[in-house]
Order: sequence, then C-alpha cells, then structure tokens
Amino acid sequence: MSNPVADLKNISGEPQIGKAIKRLEDPALLTGKGRFVDDFHLPNMLHAAFVRSDEAHAKINGIDKSMAKAVPGVHAVYTLADLPKRFHNMRMHGMPNPHVSQNIMPYVLAKDEVCHVGEPIAIVIAYDRYIAEDAAALVMVDYEPLPTAGDCRAARQPGAALAHMNSPNNTAAEMHFGYGDVDAAFKNAAHIVREDLFMHRGLGHSIEGRACLCHYDEFTDHLTVYAASQGPHAHKRAICGLLDWDEERVRVVAYDVGGGFGPKMSFYAETIVASVASIMLKRPVKWIEDRREHFNAATQERDQYWDVEMALDAEGKILGLRIDMTHDKGAFMPHGTILPHISCTTVPGPFIIPAYKIDCHVMLTNKPPVAPVRGAGRPQAVFAMERIMDAAAAKLGLDRAEIRKRNLIPAEAMPYSMGLTFRDGKPLTYDSGNYPQLLKQVMEASDYNGFEARKAEALKQGRYIGIGIASAIEGTGLGPFEGATVRIGPSGTVTLLTGAAAQGQGHVTTFAQICAEKFGIAPGDVRVVAADTAVIANGTGTFASRQAVNAGSSTHLAAIQVREKVLQIASFILEASPGDIELAGGNAIVKGTDKKISFKDISRAVTGQSGYALPKGIEPGLESTRYFSPEQAAYSSNTHIAEVEVDIETGGVKVTGYWIAHDCGVVINPLVVQGQVQGGLAHGIGNALLEWMHYDPDTCQPLTTTLADYLLPTADMVPKAEISHVVSPSPLNPIGVKGAGEGGTIPAPAAIISAIEHALSPFGVHLTQAPVPPHHLVDHINKGRKKAH
Amino acid sequence: MTDTRKITVTVNGKSHTKEVPTRLLLSDFLRHELLLTGTHVGCEHGVCGACTVLIDGRSARSCLTLAVQANGHEVMTVEGIAPNADELHHLQQAMQDHHGLQCGYCTPGILTTLFELLRDNPDPSEHEVRSAISGNLCRCTGYQGIVEAALDAAQKMRAGARS
Repeated sequence: MSNPVADLKNISGEPQIGKAIKRLEDPALLTGKGRFVDDFHLPNMLHAAFVRSDEAHAKINGIDKSMAKAVPGVHAVYTLADLPKRFHNMRMHGMPNPHVSQNIMPYVLAKDEVCHVGEPIAIVIAYDRYIAEDAAALVMVDYEPLPTAGDCRAARQPGAALAHMNSPNNTAAEMHFGYGDVDAAFKNAAHIVREDLFMHRGLGHSIEGRACLCHYDEFTDHLTVYAASQGPHAHKRAICGLLDWDEERVRVVAYDVGGGFGPKMSFYAETIVASVASIMLKRPVKWIEDRREHFNAATQERDQYWDVEMALDAEGKILGLRIDMTHDKGAFMPHGTILPHISCTTVPGPFIIPAYKIDCHVMLTNKPPVAPVRGAGRPQAVFAMERIMDAAAAKLGLDRAEIRKRNLIPAEAMPYSMGLTFRDGKPLTYDSGNYPQLLKQVMEASDYNGFEARKAEALKQGRYIGIGIASAIEGTGLGPFEGATVRIGPSGTVTLLTGAAAQGQGHVTTFAQICAEKFGIAPGDVRVVAADTAVIANGTGTFASRQAVNAGSSTHLAAIQVREKVLQIASFILEASPGDIELAGGNAIVKGTDKKISFKDISRAVTGQSGYALPKGIEPGLESTRYFSPEQAAYSSNTHIAEVEVDIETGGVKVTGYWIAHDCGVVINPLVVQGQVQGGLAHGIGNALLEWMHYDPDTCQPLTTTLADYLLPTADMVPKAEISHVVSPSPLNPIGVKGAGEGGTIPAPAAIISAIEHALSPFGVHLTQAPVPPHHLVDHINKGRKKAH
Repeated sequence: MTDTRKITVTVNGKSHTKEVPTRLLLSDFLRHELLLTGTHVGCEHGVCGACTVLIDGRSARSCLTLAVQANGHEVMTVEGIAPNADELHHLQQAMQDHHGLQCGYCTPGILTTLFELLRDNPDPSEHEVRSAISGNLCRCTGYQGIVEAALDAAQKMRAGARS
C-alpha cells in the first residue's frame, strides 16, 4: 500500500498510520464504564418529557395544562407562550439556499399549527421521568384537524392538500442540474431505456436515542449541555444563536454517543427547550428520547420517486441521461436541500455520461422532517443509476458487467470533472480513483464469470440464486473544516484536543495513531479529548464521512508543528543538530548517544520560570492548533457484488455472499475501516429488504413505531463482506485519506435488488422499488407464474 | 403517589435493599438507583436487547422486568463480567481484538447474552452464535466482529478450562 505519510522525513518512530491498532475506546465500553448522556446523574437534576402532536396536521385552538401541573412531582409545564418572549415568534434556524422557495422551520414548540405527528407542543419537567410522562399525557390539546399532504408525488398535484395551512403550495424547492445537450443525445440514440422507480429509506435508529442533559449553573451563569450529538460545536452555535448568548457562556459535550448515522447532526427543538427550561428553573434538566419519539420526531429519510431515461448508442455507450425526481422533505426544512442535492449529483457515479439533466421537486408533506441518514440520498441515486444500467444491459442483450465496463471512467482520466456543482459548492471533480480496477477486483473475488453455471446448477435443484453489481462514488471529507490542538504540557503527556465527535467510528484510536507516530510513542500514550467545545474554539461536526480527512489532517499538521518545536528546543539544550535527534519513549535523544532530554523537561523549559524571560525567539509552550479546510470533497469509490438466494414460496431473501472493492485512499486503521464497511453493509441490507416507515395514506399517522413493526437487520441475516482495497490517495489532504463511513451502505440496495431480480429471472420479475419486502416479491413471483401458464 | 415496596436484590454478588416504586423498571433500578449505568436502554419494548441482564443466570430484558420482580433474585450485569478491575474477561478481550463494538451502546446486552451462551454451550457453531444474538440489535458493526469474537472467546475459554 502506498503511504505518503510513511515517506515523510518527519516521522521519527514507527509509522502508526496503516496499522490495525486495537481500539483504545473499547476497555471502558466493554466494562460498563461508558459516559453516555443518561449515565450522568447531577445533583438536583429534573427530568423532561415532551407533549407531542397526535395529529399529522391540525390547528391548535388551545392547550390546557392544569391537570398536568397538578400532578405531585411536576415542577413545570411550558408551552411556547410560557417561554421567554424572545421565543414566541422565533423559528428554529434553517439552511438558506437559492433553490428554496419555502424554507419553513418549526417554532421551538408548536404555536398555532402542528404539521406532523410527534411535533413537540409542550415540555413537562418533573422529579423523575415516570412522573413527567404521566403528566405529559394529561396535557389537553384542542386540535382542529386539517387535511394532510402525504405522498410527495400527490402533494405536487394542483389542488393537493397543503402541508402548511398558510403555504401557497407544497413545493419547498425546485432544483435543476445538468450539462451537455441531452435532447440531442436522445435524438441520436440507438436505444432508449426508461424506468419509473420508487425508493424509500428509513431512519437512523442509533440504538441510543437522542439525549441531552442541560445544566444551567446560576452561580457561574453558564450552560453546559451534555448531548448525544454528532456536532457539539455546531450545536453550541445553534444554542448561542437561539439564546443570543455569547460563546463563553455555553459548552456542549458529547463524550460517548451511542450511534449517530445522521439524525444526531440535526439540531432539535428538544435541546433548546430543555436548555431554556434549565435556565428558567435553575436546575439541570435531562431529556432522554424513547424509541417511539425517535420514529416520530428525529429526522429521517423517506420517499423519492425517480423517472429515469437513458440514451445509448448501438454499442451500449451512454449518450445521455434525463431524470425527473420527486423528493419527500417532510414538514420542515432542516439541512435545507442538501439531501436531494446530493442525490441529484451522485447519479452519474463512475460512468461517463456525456449529457445529463435532472429536475428535482422537493415537496413538503405532513411527515417528520427529512435530513441525511448514513448515505444521505446517495443510495437512492445509485439505485436509479444501476437499475437503468441493468435495464440497458437487458435491452441490448449485454451482460450487466460488460455494459458497465464499456462506460466506466478510465483511471487515466483522473482528476475527472463532471460538469456539476456538488453540495459543497465546488465543481464536482473526482480527485483520484481507479473504477475499472474496482470492478475487475470484485468480479474476480466473487467469481462473477462462473456465476451463470452456478445458477444453472442451483435451478436444477429448484433453488433460485442471483448476482448483482452496483458502484458508488461518494463525495467525502466535506468542509468547511475541523480542528485539532496538539499539546505537550509539563507532565510530558502528548495531548490531542479536537471537536470531532465520534459515535462509534473509533476517532480516538485513529487520531491517536496519526499523532503518536510524530513523537515516537504508542497511540495509547496520547491523551485524546474530543467532542468538547471547551477544549477547542471551533469545530463543525461528524457527517459526510469527513473526520478522517478534516480532523485527521488537522491532527497531522498540528503534531508535525509541535514535533518541530520539540526538536528545536531539544537541539538547543542538547547542543545537537535537530537532524541528529530522534524522539522515542517520551524523550528526545541524540542518535547513537545516551544524551537525551524528556518531553517533560522540554515542556518545562518553554514554560519558563515566573518573572524570568524566555530565551530570545522562543514562543512559550509546546502547542499547535490547526484547522484543516479541504478545498473540495475527496471522492471515495467502491463496487459491490451481492449474491442472494430467494425462497419463491415465502419471498424470503438470504444474502449468501457479498464482496466489496473499496477505495478510501490511505487506510489509517484497517480494523476500523473494515468495521465501518461491514457495518455500512448491514444498514444497506436493511434498506434493501426491511426498513420501511409506513404511514396511513389518508391521515399521515405513523403505522410502524416499534422495532417489532419496523425491522432492522439482525445477526442471522448479515453475511461477512469480503472486502478488498484499492488505494488511490487523495491529493487534496496531507495524509491522502478519503471517507470510509458510508461506502458499505450506498450501493448495497442496488446490488442486492439487482441480484434478487436476477435470481427471479425464470419468472420474468422486474423490480423497480426499494426495499423489496417478502410479500412484494411473492406478488411478483405469482404474476410471473401466471404469465408462464 | 406511587405504591412502593422494599426489595432486596443481589447484583453482581452484592446485596442491595431499597424501597422502590412498584412500577420502576429493573433497567431504571440498576441504572438510576444503583448507578450501574453499564446496562443500556435502547427501545424500552423488549426488541433491541441492549438492556439484557442475567437473572438467576438466565438472560432477561431488564426494560420489560419490574424491579420488584427481581426481589430475592440474583442479577448479573455487564459490570459483573470482568474477573477483576484490571482484567477483561475472554469475551471482552475478544470483542476488542475482533472490533466487535463501535459505539458500544448495544455491547452490554451482547456481552450478557454471549456470556450465557458460552456457559451453556462452550463450543458453539457460527450459526448458533448468530442465532443467540439475533435478539440483539447492533446498528454499527454488521455483527461480523461480534460473531468472530464469540467464537474466539469460546476457543480460549475451552483452552483455559483444559489447562
């Protein structure tokens, strides 16, 4: 594996990047010593429960709190009118964008209208959560039900029920992307294929729900929020903005977070309302989301309809692609249009598309707000692209791998400019990659070419097996920045401070590896403090597979700077040239001698003595803070091959084999990357086969609000992914990395559903939706049987 | 006010006597009364398995068990798995070795479930391991590391028992 870091002269000890270091996080988590929000018990702490809308759309004509307030143990019941005046007309902050015509965000608590089941209406604060929940059920809300906008395509029709009573229509945004002459491409086409597709994606479903413990301390006039957050700095900015407080009065900490997957990047009303309640009551207030609330009030992904047309020449080369897509945005606009934007710009993927046009309609509906979940609109785009490629292969009588080979961007074409603008605001330019190699590698690993023989053999035994291919190019490591401070204090300990929050990604280990190698120490010797706004001034958050690129690069740069200073001071004290000094075991040593000085003494030397001047030209302290800000996204790439067996009586699907060729540039910790990809696959299997958030079509009432109704993948249905790497270092950051957090998920539904269709080819089954639950497949199989008779 | 009862529960070998509301869940009793916060709560309707503890040696959902039901019984939680403060149990060590956890939230329930499995079946097949943890949802790992950890721990525990 090529490793640009290992080549750096700056590395003194053993390189740590590239090593499968066991995670430093694990011993605490394995022995019950995690620090999740609900593990904190503060003196005088109170507990919150929210009163939430039972109606998907209604006017609120009145709220009666009297019974709730009378419950012993209840300290307060607040509606919007009970909060400080400042909030009465203030909505949650959205993400403005020129595409958006209706950037509607909710009030922190509902004012006079509720727009989805689960929307918070009031907060109840009580001695314990049991009492808070009892009392929340006694808050009487006088609803006047309004018609609901449910299906996003129906919501586009003239005269459709309105998701918001004062809106002119349900269109939140109209987006148009493209390049080249699409009409000409279709006019000159030898073949045109068309697909109408529906893709549903579900929720994040971190096993820990959302959570916050808001502690306003009157004595110090300071608010600390312990939060299950993917972005402590982003959430601190939101809190400061909503309260109009300066930054020094607020701290957000996210020590251990039990999974994120997107929804914990959104900033929610619950956090600001619990904070305000804590300020009003001058006591800590804890709110722990339950699973039903996660279904109804955490951001989720949901429905997209894709009408896709592709023009090809006689040899199967793509000439153009034309798409009309409708996106369900739900009731409000958190994260603006970034999700459908990502969908629109991910479609072309690894293929050469000379002309491209997509019209995207972003619709408001009376369902929970839609915002990114692991994959963030990409699985839908890949599903659209790979389904139309399969359709083209069928039309031209080509093998599915062959038509892909004919259209892949060659490695020599890198960097490859698409002609689109990605959601980071920069031209969509693939920085590096080798897509033909990915396909070749994964075809060999899965013995793709031998599959037809295996399939024929299986059919003889009455078994229906199939194979499917899908690829994705993923813009990762998005800006604006993340930061890291590396510091060696008088204790001699190398400390790494960063705002980058982890929800299982192993950041402590990964960043410790990057840092440790600069000082000739073991990763376990680095003290890492992360996800705390008190330790570093600025930060962004963990999303878009961005922290290896952003925080990883910042760590690298800061560590190199501190290392240089260590060498400079050591060289002065030891009277040796910096080039003759190596760092090992917490000491600077003159190579080949026993002359050395400890980090402890070097740090003390630059701390100085009270009242005495430091030597000329020496800045105090051993410390560097760097904020790496990437110029654009680094594009990871991967190709998946899925093998499945379908039970034609039950529609049950077993994923019998799975192969992934994966390119995330330089791999910092193979163990961690393997885990990210394998875990991502599980999420993709859920999206292909199981996860469906159902609503009543007429009332928008949620129908699947337990994990017994809405199914997540279990251990007996997720196979081992056979993962191989291609390493195309990114030229866009100093350690050559790209994101690895979502590549396991993104192409999985497309690959698996293609494989299912292939398995059911004897029945002529054609699949145009995801997920494909068993009853859906049985319907298709039965139709195919009838046709055969 | 809520009805209360005095209960005595042995948790990880230590006896606790407390006056508790009759409706208090065992999970909340462990977490918020005894401050044993290793047991996690993921769904509160018995599906995700994060809250799994052993009651008299059998796995049980502590979110579906009332604290008063544990009166007079022995409960083992994740805090009771390691042999001592400085050492990990084979199962815990194998979970670290095989990257069997990421966020660590479902991990306590996985560990208690596998602890029971390996006690009753020291040489499980991969299928038996997958089946045993099929009632524990993990959203991070895709389960592979957990399965490998269980098989590795079983092998090391058998070797330990022989020596």
